[in-house]
Amino acid sequence: MKKINLICIGCPMGCPLTIEKDGSKIISVTGNTCPRGDAYARKELTNPTRIVTSTVAVEGGDVMRISVKTKQDIPKDKIFACVKELKNVSIKAPVHIGDVILENVAGTGVDVVATKGSSW
Amino acid sequence: MKAYDIVIIGGGPAGLAAAVSARKNGIDRVLILERDKELGGILNQCIHNGFGLHTFKEELTGPEYAARYIAQAAELNLEYKINTMVMDISHEKIVTYMNREEGMQEIQAKAVILAMGCRERSRGALNIPGYRPAGIFSAGTAQRLVNMEGYLPGREVVILGSGDIGLIMARRMTLEGAKVKVVSELMPYSGGLKRNIVQCLDDYGIPLKLSHTVIDIRGKERLEGITLAEVDSHGKPIPGTEEDYTCDTLLLSVGLIPENELSNGMGIDMNRVTSGPNVNESLETSIPGVFACGNVLHVHDLVDFVSEEAAAAGKNAAEYVMREKSAVQISKDIKSPIELEAVEGVRYTVPKTVNVDRMTDRLTVRFRVGAVYQNCFVSAYFDNERVIHKKRPVVAPGEMEDIKLDKSKLLEYPDLKKITIKIEEA
Amino acid sequence: MYDVIIIGAGVSGAAAARELSRYKVKVCVLEKSEDVCCGTSKANSGIVHAGYDAAPGSLMAQLNVEGNAMMGKLAEELDFPFQRKGSLVVCLHEEDRPSLQELYDKGIKNGVPDMQILEREEVWELEPNISDHVVAALYAPSAGIVCPFGLNIAMAENANTNGVAFRFNTEVTAIEHIEPGYRLITNQGNYETKCIVNAAGVYADVFHNMVSEKKIHITPRRGDYCLLDKTAGKHVSRTVFALPNRKYGKGVLVTPTTHGNLLVGPTAIDIDDPEGTNTTAEGLKRIAENAGLNVKNLPMRQVITSFAGLRAHEENHEFIIEELEDAPGFIDCAGIESPGLTSSPAIGKRIAKILQEKLHLEKNPDFQGTRRGILNPAALSIKERDALIKKEPAYGNIICRCEMISEGEILDAIHRPLGAKSLDGVKRRTRAGMGRCQSGFCSPRTMEILSRELDVSMFEITKSGGDSRIVVGKNKDAL
Repeated sequence: MKKINLICIGCPMGCPLTIEKDGSKIISVTGNTCPRGDAYARKELTNPTRIVTSTVAVEGGDVMRISVKTKQDIPKDKIFACVKELKNVSIKAPVHIGDVILENVAGTGVDVVATKGSSW
Repeated sequence: MKAYDIVIIGGGPAGLAAAVSARKNGIDRVLILERDKELGGILNQCIHNGFGLHTFKEELTGPEYAARYIAQAAELNLEYKINTMVMDISHEKIVTYMNREEGMQEIQAKAVILAMGCRERSRGALNIPGYRPAGIFSAGTAQRLVNMEGYLPGREVVILGSGDIGLIMARRMTLEGAKVKVVSELMPYSGGLKRNIVQCLDDYGIPLKLSHTVIDIRGKERLEGITLAEVDSHGKPIPGTEEDYTCDTLLLSVGLIPENELSNGMGIDMNRVTSGPNVNESLETSIPGVFACGNVLHVHDLVDFVSEEAAAAGKNAAEYVMREKSAVQISKDIKSPIELEAVEGVRYTVPKTVNVDRMTDRLTVRFRVGAVYQNCFVSAYFDNERVIHKKRPVVAPGEMEDIKLDKSKLLEYPDLKKITIKIEEA
Repeated sequence: MYDVIIIGAGVSGAAAARELSRYKVKVCVLEKSEDVCCGTSKANSGIVHAGYDAAPGSLMAQLNVEGNAMMGKLAEELDFPFQRKGSLVVCLHEEDRPSLQELYDKGIKNGVPDMQILEREEVWELEPNISDHVVAALYAPSAGIVCPFGLNIAMAENANTNGVAFRFNTEVTAIEHIEPGYRLITNQGNYETKCIVNAAGVYADVFHNMVSEKKIHITPRRGDYCLLDKTAGKHVSRTVFALPNRKYGKGVLVTPTTHGNLLVGPTAIDIDDPEGTNTTAEGLKRIAENAGLNVKNLPMRQVITSFAGLRAHEENHEFIIEELEDAPGFIDCAGIESPGLTSSPAIGKRIAKILQEKLHLEKNPDFQGTRRGILNPAALSIKERDALIKKEPAYGNIICRCEMISEGEILDAIHRPLGAKSLDGVKRRTRAGMGRCQSGFCSPRTMEILSRELDVSMFEITKSGGDSRIVVGKNKDAL
């Protein structure tokens, strides 16, 4: 039996989580104030994931760059592969919030979408 | 002179939420004056996620959060002016603004909502010794350069201050290809949210050095390096703990200061702790009809609470305008308001006074503590009687606290003069 | 072949250049930095001293009083900020009264007008925030404050308008005798000239010693300062000096600035490095400790920046402004420490006179003695400002929100003679970035304007020339 302490990143409260593990099996998660904490702990110990945010260049828009994010969280070890794929991406204006900028980024099956719009 | 019911100074999260709320509470002639080239304020450069869990029950990025309010403002046909600087507000609520198209304009407002936000504390304010080369940025300036313009301010970075912007920028710079060597914090605790330490520092193996500060800056043209030292409990560097770092960039995330130049110009009564106006339960300043909300009032951690506070200010300003219009003088026995006093670990409260007749059924009182307390109680004493005693596993200066005051409860204490809010250790 | 080459575009070099431009003469100023006013002239107290400090009979005393008297008219002609506010030297101990009297007597000998020794009640009447321990003070109404950048830039601009050439980023590395005159070897090629004016500040000894056997030594004497927010700017309305006291040392001065801030300092630490403009923990601590001695309730929490400047201290504490005996045509302008800023108009005049006599210069009939500074829209009425914006919309676009500086002022700073090329260049000309946020908000926008107007990339925009680049690359370029 092993005890692991984590801080939940599900919301700004930052609950201190305690996870009891037996080998690779999670026995219990305590310290969370909502179900998100439990889910976070289980995922963090098996397949940690993060939302990645970045920016891409805009061509012919009213701004130079727009912000983007992965539509869902992607595996932590794919974060750098994800931003590298965004390196040379340039998008033509107009762009709207939610528009897909890059499909299936770094083979994660997750799309990168615009989080800001740009008119031309 | 053109006249408006409510003029809102600032089109960031506070100004937008206040405007939306004022309109929804029945005010037609609302005007937002924004100095930047777009609405949304600093949210536009906060491209990370984590906004909106309270307000929209989903996790949004800064620009998305702003866009929700901008969409509401558009739907409500709210009038706004961008690239417009407010130069002066008179005691009589004449607002002087300036922009390229209209030149200098004066407008008469019935009510004014101050929502100018805050600025970052600079290196100068910290009095860090050393040279003054290029490469020293406040974290927010670097954030703008990186996120809005796509420029990298440097490649080897040290960050002083563990405020949220500093933590967020540690991750941003890393993901843009810079090497963040260390985050140093003067205090023995971080000024930022715990989750940001996890997902911005721990995720990337960036060390956080608590009780450490920068004691020297080297480089005559571009920054070449800094010296860190551990500090004692008085914040004084401990000789022998010096450590040199080579870096071309120093980011400062050492505190935010409400931008109250206009408020000061009006002669509004200010709070020395928050550097924002003293306000009553209606978020009204010492000048009747002038309201304040968001980071200009006191620096918040979460935009969701800014929106909530600003919506209250918008509603209160709307009610003020209605009252003035109806010209009904409610002069019958004006009771002096209840004073809120912050003592023993509580540094300030917003609001500072409560007029029970004007308060909502449930009033949120926000405050910050002066140190980290474990397993403590947040208590409110109605005169000498302890009425609220809320258990908290941990409270820290970096995270704003609140308590709720129920109107029904306050009505049970007709002679109440003062509510004292304090931290009591278990 | 130039008639005169001036080494250094600080306040002395600029003053000499402007005075020389009254004559028909071919002058060039060589400056190692990217702009005028980059050395001693940019980091000092900004005070126009009355002239009771210097030893009677000294050149320093003479030029101080003369420069002080010239400043008012010069400020009108060249449109830079100068206010004759007066100064007080505060005496805190009865036993120091004789020293105060001594200063007064020196002032009389030096020709300082209208001085008075005030008793404590009279002092408080003028300055209510003077220490409770004040015994008496020397009041000199002829003292004043000046914007050091404003003065330096105005004189240089006016010289340039009248035909003086300026070469920036040009560092003199050697001087050779030629017949007639000198050849200056620089990092930008060679320059030949009949005469040289050595106005090189803390480097003046280097150039002097290149041509003369009678060596001099200049010691860079560092002074740390703290600048306080404008909210503290009215804490005193005159410059307040401390009367040196055997027990408590020299003390620091507290003065309003022409921009409305409050300045506290300087320290005085002799160093070796002529580029050693770093503040130190000890220096800043000393200011904090000494600031409150003469002025009470100083809001030191309102510090918005601290900086250090170097005075060019020469052993004999005297200005050296003369043609060298063993190097004809080489005119020293060395040892120009305080009251150098005050004296600069008189220094320029003296140098011009030496050269006029030597080279038999004739008057320049086209000399234009006035110059318009950058417009200060804040001084206009609402109506006037409105009309200005209608004519020039850029004046309606605020870039620096702390100092309320518009794009119009920044464009003027960039496009006028010897215009700004860097963030500091813009700052010294317009105050954009000098306010309480210390350029946090405006620097990206000022960079954009510089980049657009000078047609250079953002990567070439610097804080103050050289390698002081602000941004070093594009996002992800190293990934």
